[in-house]
Amino acid sequence: MKIRVHVRIVPRQGLLDPQGQAVEHALGALGFDGMQDVRVGKAIELHIEAASAAVARATAERMCEQLLANPVTEDFAIEIGA
Amino acid sequence: MSARVAVVRFPGSNCETESLAAVERAGGDARLIDYRDTDLHGAAAVILPGGFAYGDYLRSGAIARFSPIMAAVRAHAAAGGVVLGICNGFQILCEARLLPGALLHNAQQRFVARPVDVRIERNDTACTADYRVGEVIRIPVAHGEGRFVASPDVLTQLDRDNCVLMRYVQVDGTDVPHNPNGSTDDIAGICNAAGTVLGFMPHPERLADASLGSDVGQRFFTSLVKRVVTRAAA
Repeated sequence: MKIRVHVRIVPRQGLLDPQGQAVEHALGALGFDGMQDVRVGKAIELHIEAASAAVARATAERMCEQLLANPVTEDFAIEIGA
Repeated sequence: MSARVAVVRFPGSNCETESLAAVERAGGDARLIDYRDTDLHGAAAVILPGGFAYGDYLRSGAIARFSPIMAAVRAHAAAGGVVLGICNGFQILCEARLLPGALLHNAQQRFVARPVDVRIERNDTACTADYRVGEVIRIPVAHGEGRFVASPDVLTQLDRDNCVLMRYVQVDGTDVPHNPNGSTDDIAGICNAAGTVLGFMPHPERLADASLGSDVGQRFFTSLVKRVVTRAAA
């Protein structure tokens, strides 16, 4: 079956995220108060042909380790969709 | 004795012409190699030039790392061959894990294109023999993603093995920030312990001809060509 997989990639905690800081600053200028630690990452949608959600998740994990995320600087999270 | 130096052109490379010219001025046999090639055609050294390979999609260097030519580059490096990555080439070497760490968006979130002062930290490498250790040179940078980061363990190891090749330095009388991108420990370039796999953000090939006002960058290429000629003769 075709399984929708959503991969979320964010800069690792503790690393300076200048994009996140710029967005936080801009949101503050618009009057949105009370934010902290805004971080900007990437979202990647995949449709994987797999026998089960567990297999699709394992495949996506390998994709993240080999290409989609940089293990030095980024963390990733995988969600299985409908 | 031939001193063949391959310069790889990826889709989006834009510094290959200057790199080829700098090698030729140094007396080397410069060869342009396409990223779809799978062979280095006998080259003793490989340069991965600056540019925006694959449009910097996903992350700088992340896609270029899987180009057909990279298997040959990886084998060449593993055999002790010389591999030099300039700017985007440095990003590719980090993504390919031929060098440790990563290059992230500049801390000020702007592309930076200007001269910088860098100090040469090693001259026992494949491309810095014609500089003095501690020599400060002014050469251009042009990058959006040049902020070197690495885990504390890797930074300790880089220090211990003397793998920092060059650092951004403050020269008296300049009022611009000396570190143009927020790089950790002011690191502008690194190498492996043997000094055969090297990467840095500045562009010596852009200031390598006296008609441009300075040829201070040319010595990277004279060093490189001498090195491969010496090894070929040995």
